[in-house]
Amino acid sequence: MIGWIILALLVAAGLWLAGAYNHLVALKNEVLNGWKQIDVQLKRRYDLIPNLVETVKGIMKFEQDTFTRVIEARNKAVSVQGIADKAVQENILSGALRQLFALVENYPQLKSNENVARLQEELVSTENRIGFARQFYNDIATKFNIAIQSFPSNLIAGMFNFKTAELFEVSDEAQKQAPKVDLNLK
Amino acid sequence: MNIYEQIAHNRRMTWLVVSLFVIFFLFIGAMFDMLYTGIPFFSVIALLTAGFSSFMSYRYGDKMVLASCGAHPLDLDDPAQRQWQNVVEEMSIAAGLPVPATFIIDEEDPNAFATGRGPGHSSIAVTRGLLARLNREEQQAVAGHEMSHIMNYDIRLMLIISSLVGAVALISDWANRSLFRSRRRSSSGSDSSYSIIILAIWLITAVLAPFVSRVLAMLVSRAREYLADASGARITRNPLALASALEKIEMAVKPTTSGNHGHAHLWIVDPRGSNMGMRQGRVADLFATHPPIELRIAALKKMAYEPSG
Repeated sequence: MIGWIILALLVAAGLWLAGAYNHLVALKNEVLNGWKQIDVQLKRRYDLIPNLVETVKGIMKFEQDTFTRVIEARNKAVSVQGIADKAVQENILSGALRQLFALVENYPQLKSNENVARLQEELVSTENRIGFARQFYNDIATKFNIAIQSFPSNLIAGMFNFKTAELFEVSDEAQKQAPKVDLNLK
Repeated sequence: MNIYEQIAHNRRMTWLVVSLFVIFFLFIGAMFDMLYTGIPFFSVIALLTAGFSSFMSYRYGDKMVLASCGAHPLDLDDPAQRQWQNVVEEMSIAAGLPVPATFIIDEEDPNAFATGRGPGHSSIAVTRGLLARLNREEQQAVAGHEMSHIMNYDIRLMLIISSLVGAVALISDWANRSLFRSRRRSSSGSDSSYSIIILAIWLITAVLAPFVSRVLAMLVSRAREYLADASGARITRNPLALASALEKIEMAVKPTTSGNHGHAHLWIVDPRGSNMGMRQGRVADLFATHPPIELRIAALKKMAYEPSG
């Protein structure tokens, strides 16, 4: 009798273990996928920037410094490795882009140019996408972190060496200012 | 209620509505069988019809709703529509869902709705007037609101309700017509039992169905609008933008004409004119498909000044 009870308990424990482990694996994959989504959007931004610069270069002849800064920031962001460094470079790039957008405001010919308007909309959208992809990643990573830190699933996390996911910490101003640029454009 | 409970609730409600619909058909079929055949002939036909129409509304109901509103795909060369497409894609990233199909309705009144079977099979339609009046942040807020209807499976339940209620209305029409036709020629009295059945069906469908459909639509959509406002604001992290979007939509006086058929409860704001949302009296409250806009705006503003939870 005792033997059966012990067996039943063991089976129950095994089932729970499997369930909890699978849950963690599912969450972890969601986190990884969330991370990849950010990369997709960053790539979109890298591809758009040269286009924008090419289009406005002819008219904005006196803003060479800004162009150089944007292109440099872009190239650095593409090449840099490591999550933290990458985040820093991406922020610098965002700043440079904002500056470029602000300068476009001074050129009425550009503002009325259809191509420029379209590229600008695409870039504004890309900035938003990056922001939202990060927000989504942070949400899901937080969920994952809570799961691996709270009892009793932390036991499994410890056993199978799940590590807490790193969160994005983008400065708040950077996040909040990006959408405001286009409000003036409307 | 958290989102998982909300989803489970919506799935259950969808099944309940479909079952009620099937039972209703079975009831009509069984009535004919008892009087005429003695074998379950009409019952089987009724069952098949009900099953078939439930399946069709599940599968193609979204297309029917979109077509009945005159919704057509976006023209991405148009800057305003390109921007809306971008906004929708941004929101689907924020919600972590597949991008819904996007449609536009040529109408001046600002309004929007989402429909479909759930994430992966969903559409968002918006009027031209909404794109013209709302700025980018407000459009994001509207897209976020619709995205949360999709995420919660609200769209599935609403779709099933509106198409099945439509089917009941069709039967009601048919019963209505046969009733008056048979009255004209039924002096002989031979088909009086037939008339009685038709009369019963007519009574049930014509008197009860509109009432039941209103109550159903109201039950499923009012609390849901608050929820979608709240989770939409959570997706954008910007409740005030939704508040100002609702304010702008509310200020537009004209009713959305394409939203006049049985799917008022799908839209972000009641399409039957903004007065509906403003009346806060008992009776208006009882039959409104949407909560008063001021209350929604107040709830959103309150959210903006509270620490997010």
